[in-house]
Amino acid sequence: MMSPPDDKPIPMSPSSETAAASPSPASAMEAFKDDLLKPYPKKVARKREKQIVVNQNKPNISLPQIQANVRTIPGIITQRGCTYAGCKGVVLGPTRDIVNITHGPIGCGYYSWLTRRNQTKPPTDSDENFIPYCFSTDMQDEQIIFGGEKKLKAAIQEAFDLFHPKAIAVFSTCPVGLIGDDVHAVTREMKEKLGINVFGFSCEGYKGVSQSAGHHIANNQLFKHVIGRNNTPHPGKYKINLLGEYNIGGDSFVIEELLERCGISLVATFSGNSTIDAFENAHVADLNTVMCHRSINYVAEMIEKKYGIPWIKVNFIGAKSTAKSLRKIAEYFGKQELTDRVENVLSEEMPAVFEVQNEIRKRCQGKTAMLFVGGSRAHHYQDLFEEIGMKTVAAGYEFAHRDDYEGRRVLPDITVDADSRNIEELHVDPDSDLYNPRKTPAQLEILKKQGVEVAGYEGMMAQMDDQSLVLDDISHHETERLIAHFKPAVFCAGIKEKYAVQKMGVPCKQLHSYDYGGPYAGFKGAVNFYREIDRMVNARVWGLIPPPWEQSAAATGSPGTLADEEDPDLPQSHARRRTPVAGSDE
Amino acid sequence: MTTPLSLPVESHAAASSRNACKLCTPLGACFVFRGVEGAVPLLHGSQGCSTYIRRYMISHFREPVDIASSNFAEASAIFGGQQNLRAGLLNVIRQYAPRLVGIATTCLAETIGDDVRSYLRDFRRDFPDAPPVVHVATPSYSGTHVCGFHEAVRGIVDQLAPAADTPGAPHDAVNLLPGMVSPADLRYLKEIFADFRLPLILLPDYSDTLDGQTWTEYHRIPDGGTPVADVTRMAGSRATIQFHSVRAEPATAGRLLQDRHAVPCHTLGLPIGIRQTDAFFKILESLTGRPTPPPHAAERGRLIDAYVDAHKHLLGLKAVVYGEADLVVGLASFLAEVGVVPILCATGEKTSHLARQIAAVAPQRPAEARVVEGVDFLDIETHARALKPDLIIGASKGYALARKLDIPLLRVGFPVHDRIGGARILHMGYRGAQQLFDSLVNEILEKKQQESPVGYTYL
Ligand code: SF4
Ligand code: SF4
Repeated sequence: MMSPPDDKPIPMSPSSETAAASPSPASAMEAFKDDLLKPYPKKVARKREKQIVVNQNKPNISLPQIQANVRTIPGIITQRGCTYAGCKGVVLGPTRDIVNITHGPIGCGYYSWLTRRNQTKPPTDSDENFIPYCFSTDMQDEQIIFGGEKKLKAAIQEAFDLFHPKAIAVFSTCPVGLIGDDVHAVTREMKEKLGINVFGFSCEGYKGVSQSAGHHIANNQLFKHVIGRNNTPHPGKYKINLLGEYNIGGDSFVIEELLERCGISLVATFSGNSTIDAFENAHVADLNTVMCHRSINYVAEMIEKKYGIPWIKVNFIGAKSTAKSLRKIAEYFGKQELTDRVENVLSEEMPAVFEVQNEIRKRCQGKTAMLFVGGSRAHHYQDLFEEIGMKTVAAGYEFAHRDDYEGRRVLPDITVDADSRNIEELHVDPDSDLYNPRKTPAQLEILKKQGVEVAGYEGMMAQMDDQSLVLDDISHHETERLIAHFKPAVFCAGIKEKYAVQKMGVPCKQLHSYDYGGPYAGFKGAVNFYREIDRMVNARVWGLIPPPWEQSAAATGSPGTLADEEDPDLPQSHARRRTPVAGSDE
Repeated sequence: MTTPLSLPVESHAAASSRNACKLCTPLGACFVFRGVEGAVPLLHGSQGCSTYIRRYMISHFREPVDIASSNFAEASAIFGGQQNLRAGLLNVIRQYAPRLVGIATTCLAETIGDDVRSYLRDFRRDFPDAPPVVHVATPSYSGTHVCGFHEAVRGIVDQLAPAADTPGAPHDAVNLLPGMVSPADLRYLKEIFADFRLPLILLPDYSDTLDGQTWTEYHRIPDGGTPVADVTRMAGSRATIQFHSVRAEPATAGRLLQDRHAVPCHTLGLPIGIRQTDAFFKILESLTGRPTPPPHAAERGRLIDAYVDAHKHLLGLKAVVYGEADLVVGLASFLAEVGVVPILCATGEKTSHLARQIAAVAPQRPAEARVVEGVDFLDIETHARALKPDLIIGASKGYALARKLDIPLLRVGFPVHDRIGGARILHMGYRGAQQLFDSLVNEILEKKQQESPVGYTYL
C-alpha cells in the first residue's frame, strides 16, 4: 500500500534529459505548452504535461482530460497549503462559536490565526465570537517523546473554563499522527466530562495532496458529529442551506441579505458567518445550494442520501450568475409568489449594475485576465471579468479535482490513489426517522427539463474558450512564462504569488483574501469588483518604473511612443508600459 | 465583535497557548537563508509549513519569498524522507541554480528523527558538484522563531567556515551578526560601517532580498545577500560584533568564531535608544581608532535635542512592550531614557534572562512593573488590564489588545501585516531612535488631539 514517493531524483545534467517537444504542435497554444515544458527534466515534464491542457471547447467534442489532485513534486514551489489548513483554516475557521484548538507545535496554529479574513456577525456584542482567538497545545519536547494526550485534555479543560463554549474542536497537525495521540479518544472523553460537543479531526498536514483533503476530513466530521443533532423545525418558508461559502470579505452578508429580500430562508451556511446551532439544524432545510463545489459537494451528496434534501449548484459571484442562481432556487420551489419576489429584486438591482458595467467596459473591454486560485474561484470569477468585457486566457485551480475542471460526468472515471484512500469515505444510509425526499424522481426530471439540474456541475473548462490554457497546481516557473508570453492585464492568485507577479509588471488581484477588500458576491459585490479591477488594470504607477536617466539613454523615439517595446532586454510587460505617466491613458 | 473577557489575574494557561506571542522555528531559519546571496531555503517536511511560512513572511515584507519543501506524503512520514529530500534538492538546484541551499527541518521530519545529515552525505557523494547545502535542525517543539534564526546563523558559520582550529587568512573586515532586525536596520548598519570605513561582513543581509525594487527582468532569486565567499572569510575577521541580550552565549555564532578561530567577539544588546547605540559606536571607535563620523554625531545631537523638546509629552507614561526578548530589552532601554515606564515587558520566549536584562536597562520602574516570559497574548492582556498602560509597542498581533484598551499601538518588529512598510521600520541606532521617538510622540499627540473637545492644531 505504501509506495515510495513517485518523484525519483532527477538527473543533474540538463542536456539530453529535457522533454522533447512533440513533433508538430496542433496550435499556437500547443506550441506554447511544449515550450513551457521544455526546461523541465523528463520526469517532471511528463507529469506536468498531463496537468496542463489546451482547452477544446467545441460542439460535439468532449473536453480534454486534465490531471488534478496529485502530489506536488518536491522542490517545486506550489501555491498549495496542507490538509490541516483546509480543515481548520477553511472549513471550521469561519464558525464563530466553536473554540478551535490546534493540537501541535505553535506554528501551524499561529499561521492560521485570523489569516483567512472570514467575517462574522454575532447578533449582539455579548454573543460568542471565538474567531479572534487561536488556541494551540503548543507541543514541547516532552509531548513529542511521551505523547500529548494529557496536555490536550488540559488544553480542552482550560478553553472550557475560560469560555464555556457550546463546542470545542481539536485539529491534529503533522507530529500528532506520528506520536500516536488518539485525539478522538480524548475528545470523546472530554465530551462526556464537560457535557458539550467536543470533536476532533485527524487532519495532519501530510495526509493529503492539498487543502482539499482537509476540507473533506472537516466536512466528514461535521456530518458525523454535528449535522442532525437538533430537529427543531425552522419557521421560515423556502428553506435552504448554502454550502461552500466562507464569507471572505463579507460575501455571505451580501448573499444573506439578497436571500432575505427574496423571501428565502437560510437555515445554515457552511461555513461563512455560521454557528454550530445552525449546523446542527441544517437537515431541516429543503434544498442545499452549493457555491464551492470542490470543498463540499460530497456533503451535499451525503445529506441527500441521509435526509433526502436535493442540491443544486449556485454561484453568487457575478451579476448574471447571481440572478441565475436566485431564479434556479425559485424554480426549484416552483411557487409563483417566490418567483415574483425574485424577479422584483432582480429588477431593482440590475439596472444599476448594468450602468456600472457599461461605464467600466469602456476602459476594460478586450483586456485579458488569468486566474490561478482555489478550487472554485478560478471558475466563478471568470463571470465578473466577462461582465466588463475582459477575457480569461488561462486559468487553473490550486487544489481542485478533475470534476471541478471537466464536470461531474467524469466522477466515475477518477483514479483513486494512495492519497485519496487516506480520506475516509463515509457510508451513508437513509436515516430511519428523518429521511424525507423533498422531491420525487419525477419532479426532479421535470426540473431538469426546465434547466434546473439537480446535483449537476459542468466544471470550469466548459465555460472557457476553445484554445484557452488550463493549468492545475501552477508552478512558479509556469507563472513567470505565462506572464511574459501573454502579458495579461491582471493576474488573480493569492498573497504568496502577489508580489512575484507584480515584480513582473502585472497587477495581481488576491482572490483568497480579496486584498482585504470585498465583498464581491451578489450585485453589490459585483460592482465593487468591477471598480477594483478597473483601478488595477488602468493604474498609472507602472509608467513610473523606468527612471528618466534610463529613458533618455534608451530613447529611440519621442516620449510617449512605444518605440522601445522591441528592446530585447526588457520583459515585454514592462516595455509595453514604458509610457510617460501624465496624460497617457494606456 | 469580540467576546468580552474578564480574565482572572495570573490566568496563565498551563497547557495551551492562546494567541501566541512567538512563531515557529523554521521561520527564523528562512529569514537567515534569505539573507545569503543566491540562497534558496528548503524546508524538509510537509508542504504546509513552507506555504504558511512563505505566506507569513510575504504578508510582512510584501516581496516574493520562495521557500521550497521536500513535500512529505504519508509514506515519507513513515519510511523517512530521504527520497523526497533528494528530489527536492535536485529540483531546487535545477530551477534556481542557487549558490546555497539552506535546509531547515519541520516538526514532522524532527519527530520521525529523519537523519538529514546522513542524507546530505549521500547526496554529496552522488552529486559532488552540487552547490553547498547548509542544514539546521529546527524543531518548533523546542524553541521559537528566534531560536531558528540564531541556529541558522550559527549553522551557516559552522558549516561554511573552515574546519575547527584553522585560523582563517586574516583580513580587516569585522563580522556583524545583528539578529532578527528589519531590512531598514540592515541598510543603516551598513551605512554606519561604510562611514567608519570599516569593512563589514554582515550575516544575514536581507536588506535587498526582502525589501527589493521593481525589476526590469524577472529574478528567480532576488539580488543581494551575504556572499557565501564572505561567510567563509568570517574566520579570518578582526572581530565579531553580535547583538543579543538573552541568548545562551555558547550557542551563538560569535562565540563559535571566537572559540574555534580566535576571532574576538563583542556581544551587546540591540542598539536601540541612545545608551545602547553609544555602546555600539564605542566599539566601532575602538576597532577603527576613528571618532564617530560627524554625520552620525550630528544625528545623535538632533536626537537628544528632540528628547529635550518633546519628553514632556511622554514623561511618566506607561507602556506595554512585547515581542522577541532581545527586541524587548532594546525597546525597554529606549523607553526608559525618554521617560516612559516599561510597565510590562513580555515575550513568548523562555529565556530566564529577561528580568535581569530589563532591570539593567530600566532600573527605575515602579514596584508593580512586571517582566514575563513564555506568555501568550491573553496573559499579556490580563497583566495589561491590571497595569493600566498608556500605550503599547510591538508587532501587529497586539492590535486586538490596543483596540480593547483603546490606547495607541506603535508597530515595530515582526510581523507587521496591518501597515505598509514593515520592512522599512528603523529601530536601531540614533536614526532609529529618532524615528521611534517621533512616531511615539505623534501617537500620543494624535490621541490627545482626538480626545480634545477643542481640536487644537498647535500641539
Ligand atoms: S509543524 Fe512545526 S514547522 Fe511546521 S508550521 Fe507547525 S510548528 Fe512550524
Ligand atoms: S506541520 Fe503539517 S499541519 Fe502543520 S503546517 Fe506543516 S503541513 Fe500543515
